[in-house]
Amino acid sequence: MDIIFGNAVDWLFQPITAAYALAAIGIALHFGFTGLLNFGQAVFMAVGAYGFSISVKVLHFGFWPSVLVALIASVIMAFILGIPTLRLRSDYLAIVTIAAAEVFRFIVSTTSAQPITGGPQGLNEYSDEFWAMNPIPNGHYKFWVWDYTEDDIFARAVAWGLVIAFAILLAILVRSPWGRVIKGIREDEDAVRSLGKNVYSYKMQSLVVGGLMGTVAGILFVLPTSVQPGNYGTTLTFFIWTILLLGGASTVLGSIVGAMIFWSLLSLTSDLLSAGVDNGVITFISQNQIGDIRFMLVGIGLMLLVIFRPQGIFGNKKELYFNA
Amino acid sequence: MPNDIAKGPVAPGCEKVDPILIANNVRRQFGGNVAVDVEHVEIPRGKITALIGPNGAGKTTFFNLLTGFDQPNSGDWSFDGKNLAGVAAYKVSRMGMVRTFQLTKSLNMLTVMENMRLGAQKQPGESLLRALFKPLWIKNEDSITATANELLTRFKLDAKAEDFAASLSGGQRKLLEMARALMTKPKLVMLDEPMAGVNPALTQSLLEHIKGLKAEGMTVLFVEHDMHMVRNISDWVIVMAEGKIVAEGPPNEVMKNPAVIDAYLGAHHDSDLGADKIAKGK
Ligand SMILES: Nc1ncnc2c1ncn2[C@@H]1O[C@H](COP(=O)(O)OP(=O)(O)OP(=O)(O)O)[C@@H](O)[C@H]1O
Ligand SMILES: [Mg+2]
Repeated sequence: MDIIFGNAVDWLFQPITAAYALAAIGIALHFGFTGLLNFGQAVFMAVGAYGFSISVKVLHFGFWPSVLVALIASVIMAFILGIPTLRLRSDYLAIVTIAAAEVFRFIVSTTSAQPITGGPQGLNEYSDEFWAMNPIPNGHYKFWVWDYTEDDIFARAVAWGLVIAFAILLAILVRSPWGRVIKGIREDEDAVRSLGKNVYSYKMQSLVVGGLMGTVAGILFVLPTSVQPGNYGTTLTFFIWTILLLGGASTVLGSIVGAMIFWSLLSLTSDLLSAGVDNGVITFISQNQIGDIRFMLVGIGLMLLVIFRPQGIFGNKKELYFNA
Repeated sequence: MPNDIAKGPVAPGCEKVDPILIANNVRRQFGGNVAVDVEHVEIPRGKITALIGPNGAGKTTFFNLLTGFDQPNSGDWSFDGKNLAGVAAYKVSRMGMVRTFQLTKSLNMLTVMENMRLGAQKQPGESLLRALFKPLWIKNEDSITATANELLTRFKLDAKAEDFAASLSGGQRKLLEMARALMTKPKLVMLDEPMAGVNPALTQSLLEHIKGLKAEGMTVLFVEHDMHMVRNISDWVIVMAEGKIVAEGPPNEVMKNPAVIDAYLGAHHDSDLGADKIAKGK
């Protein structure tokens, strides 16, 4: 039992959890504060993952130049998505982002792109320089049921450090006059236009900044593991949206707590189900169905959340009354 | 009766002594329906001008065209001597020509105060980079908050300053939108039915505020169906019907014009009862 809860608690602080939290912070800026429907956060993450790993593996750049390449690619991607759509109604951005994410995934996973992107196999072993920066002495660090290597701790520290830094950045931005303009755009962009603000430019800035958060999340996502094209499908985007709505779209902390709850709940349900099946308590499913069933359970949990707490965990109930 | 507004004889589209806004051949068609077809019109500077006309006359469409919220099929117009055709809406507003909307656009999930602050121009904190450093914009924020407080008091919204705009009544939202437009310190305010839904007691004080704007040197152009208000505060009245300017002149003379009675008052004689309605306290 300790192991099961140990796993669930471990998931609270996994680098993956941090990556999802950060990507969700980006969508919070896009959707929660600016009203932009970005259904392609996966593409910004993929740009981060591929931009970084290709720079290291193929171009033989160092760690920091590779990060820079990914960030520049992210800004370019934001412009490609934003220029044709941000003057139009908000649904257009939704369609274009979702399509762009899929197109990007198909392109990087074709076999003809193999020499650069690794094709269907993806890429790995680009993190040597990252691990070399780890100041923590080698060894095993044990707490309760966990046993971490120095790299595990380093990856977690860096990932969560960045999440906190970006959460603070978002908090500062949305409390500033700049944040007031984007919130105004979320409410009614014509009103904001009539007050002399260049709405198009603000939407673009928001798209770029939130996209950069997705890109940094994409790098965090792959640093401790490998780049797999299959990871950047629509599921990734929808998990991030789930996390955002779980925590509350127009909040800063919601994304972080949402990601923690999402991942530790997933771990908890699958471990509990698995233990149940092993002990013969649960007889109507088999071990290999658990992976799918836990998502169904999470889905039910989300439905309950939407019914009983539609504003998300951190959201302001008032906001919903008014929107109704 | 001589007047100091028109240059020559008073007629639809006549020249003004000191126009702030001049439009030529502005035409907007929706499919086969010509919504606006204004040959020539000039808005006098520093005066209160009413734009009246029956429903569907094209008043709101004309506002939209002039302020860059809609593009005409043809035509050009200038504000303060600067050509405005094809200029983006936000730039029009920055030049000092600010409008409100017939269907109120309060920013619901912002507080009344934040709505007001948003109206202020040239805010350092509205740039992405400077937004990150509060000391760079906090002084400006304090000064626009002071201005906003003054305006809110004038418009009797000061008690609501920290409430969400969504919690305001329809009439209060009209007031907020007008106050917010004034935060931009415009030269020309264009109000689309500012009194619709505002209670009679407040109407009276709003009329005073609008006269006050004129006293401060602003030009006001407003669309209104309430003839009491039109008669009470406007220096000049322009009448639109079926997209065209059919009459203009000082309020008392325009109201007597047979073309106006035909186009407007004829169909809605009781809209002339604004004053009586107020007297009855309705
Ligand atoms: N977006 C649009 N698409 C099609 N037709 C439109 C559109 N906007 C306005 N119209 C048409 O243009 C004409 C003028 O409309 P407009 O809203 O300018 O009238 P108005 O003078 O403001 O009337 P009201 O006093 O009722 O507000 C109407 O016939 C209307 O149906
Ligand atoms: Mg109208």
